[in-house]
Amino acid sequence: MRIAATINGQQMQADDVWPGESLLYVLRERLGLPGSKNACEQGECGSCTVYLDGIPVCACLVAAGQAQGRDIVTVEGLAGPSQLHPVQQAFLDAGAVQCGFCTPGLIVATHDLLSRDAEPTDLEIREALAGNLCRCTGYEKILDAVRLAASRMRAGG
Amino acid sequence: MEFLQPTSWTDALAAKAASPEAVPICGGTDLMVELNFDARRPAALLDLTKVADLAQWDIDDGSVRLGAGVSYARIITELSARLPGLAMAARTVGSPQIRNRGTVGGNLGTASPAGDAHPPLLAAAATVEAASVRGTRLIGIDEFFTGVKRNALAADELIAAVRIPLPVGPEQFSKIGTRNAMVIAVAAFAVALQPARKLVRTGIGSAAPTPRRAPAAEQFLAGALAEHDLWESRAELPGPLLDRFGDLVTAAAAPIDDVRGTAAYRLHALGVMARRTLAWAWRQYQSASPEGS
Repeated sequence: MRIAATINGQQMQADDVWPGESLLYVLRERLGLPGSKNACEQGECGSCTVYLDGIPVCACLVAAGQAQGRDIVTVEGLAGPSQLHPVQQAFLDAGAVQCGFCTPGLIVATHDLLSRDAEPTDLEIREALAGNLCRCTGYEKILDAVRLAASRMRAGG
Repeated sequence: MEFLQPTSWTDALAAKAASPEAVPICGGTDLMVELNFDARRPAALLDLTKVADLAQWDIDDGSVRLGAGVSYARIITELSARLPGLAMAARTVGSPQIRNRGTVGGNLGTASPAGDAHPPLLAAAATVEAASVRGTRLIGIDEFFTGVKRNALAADELIAAVRIPLPVGPEQFSKIGTRNAMVIAVAAFAVALQPARKLVRTGIGSAAPTPRRAPAAEQFLAGALAEHDLWESRAELPGPLLDRFGDLVTAAAAPIDDVRGTAAYRLHALGVMARRTLAWAWRQYQSASPEGS
């Protein structure tokens, strides 16, 4: 089947899509958007988190056909034309990126959290990121990055 | 594989009647895992995410009619005050991403013994609204689960909604697992007190082939509360009463050893959760004014 959707603000389409494949597969293998990572394929790790109609979801659990006509934003859609999004910059500055595999999902989940809550508590950060696994950092640097991004965004950065 | 994507409930029922082998998909949090791992290859998928009616809830005749496609995230944000027991269970589902997609309709369709919504739905005496081109029928939650991952739906039926009576007393829920997020229940328990009717209802999860109630525990507790005038006095529950309730809940379970836990652990955990949730619910009842309860 043909899948047409708005992805990072652009109308895109993919042909000969098997309807049971995941949105993640369509993004990575058919549309050349490998930012969303493919790790667990069962919604456990959050590495493939994308916005679907403004709501963060695991792209591996969305059937390709369900994405038809929807509005999707991936990690590739967050940065501005000349600079990273403050959440992305904060992850770099805080040392929250090691192997980097979990990073795209954590960036999208953090982006969502801070769009809803400009000053989350540590508990709220932990709850918001509970669906994203990182096997490198031990999460402390990730929490630092979220706090840093929040403070910069509150300051207008 | 066919991909059926109706945009109205009428069309969805017609599609299910024409292709009874089509597997309904909404949030995809169970089914997509099976497809990704090639564990299942249905002849057709019936996508219900474009049927707007399914994502609605309303209040009708003292019950919340919860559309089968309402996400757990929305239950938490929109229904916590009206359905506290179900909302408590909803908060324990997966992760934010999973709660944004997963639905109670999907939980009922999968009918896993470990489904998080099932214990509070059992405790709340919910009713499943099953629909087909032949009409709509109401299935009591006590009759809905028929075996491991089996339910009472006919091949041409879809779950339209679940009707959950508005609670008339405290509800509590507890679930045990290895961490706070992304946990399939090792065991779960829900309790609902109905002071005006002097009734108690329960729900056990992940500790029997199906979610089930603990009728002997319910009858014992309702009887003991009445016998000792505890509904009226709201006095502290005696320790032996809590213990007996826990023992009877444990006795109602029939767990197995599996990767998530042993049967012995599940039985122990259920007894603890039964005592705890009852103590929490009773404290709520004690702190509510008699006029307001």
